[in-house]
Amino acid sequence: MHDYASMVEMLREIQALEFAVYDLALFLDTHPCDKRALEDHTKLVHRLNQLRKVFEDRYGPLRLDSQSPYPYRYINDPWPWEIHY
Amino acid sequence: MWFYEKKLQYPANVRGCDLGMAKYLFAQYGGPDSELSAAVRYLTQRYTMPIPQAKALLTDIGTEEMAHWEIIGTLIYKLTDGATPEQMRQAGLGDHFAQHDNALYPHDAAGVPWTAAYIQATGDPITDLHENMAAEQKARTTYEHLISLTDDDGVIATLSFLREREVVHFQRFGEALMLVREHYQHKHIFY
Repeated sequence: MHDYASMVEMLREIQALEFAVYDLALFLDTHPCDKRALEDHTKLVHRLNQLRKVFEDRYGPLRLDSQSPYPYRYINDPWPWEIHY
Repeated sequence: MWFYEKKLQYPANVRGCDLGMAKYLFAQYGGPDSELSAAVRYLTQRYTMPIPQAKALLTDIGTEEMAHWEIIGTLIYKLTDGATPEQMRQAGLGDHFAQHDNALYPHDAAGVPWTAAYIQATGDPITDLHENMAAEQKARTTYEHLISLTDDDGVIATLSFLREREVVHFQRFGEALMLVREHYQHKHIFY
């Protein structure tokens, strides 16, 4: 069992990375020809996918299409509104 | 379609039970300029947007608004966690408790239930994008009011994040409006 503080720390890293990806994506919606923004988006998506994989292997699935060990781990507490960040 | 991701977009911490603040936060859970209104407004209007940039933007901002709705829900849930009926009553949430106990429900700070009458989809992209820009400004102002009603650092940090997103969305909608205008100004004549 990994400790709660490390789980929250990694979750916050994912939140930060995913936020950067999301904000860039909104920018790209109205600036699809901005090469620099697209390059940043590509780099950040790569880092996010890597980190998400590490998190899910350690603490359980974040999505219902993530693979889960037996028994199905997606349902486990804590749910997002129960976490003390 | 959508997939749920089992995480908040931004951390939501509270110092402890604060029923007064929970009551005020219902403004953004089920009020006219709430995150719920924003999500339903953009995800409804997107079908009649004329250009790819605007279809994408309304889809993606609408989706982000659902994540914001979840953040507001989390703040209310945490601020009311463990409150007794008597405490709810003293905080002006007796009416809420009578119908909903400690459950969440999409109504505004005064208990008025959410209605689709808060939003519009006119089929005119110029009109709809103007509505959206106004909606983002109204939500920004509401967040400023909410921030001035609390001294809880966790709540202030989360509300400040949400306020900032209203500013960014306003900017993106403004860009989409310019692109839609250009689209209509361009003569669609093929020789």
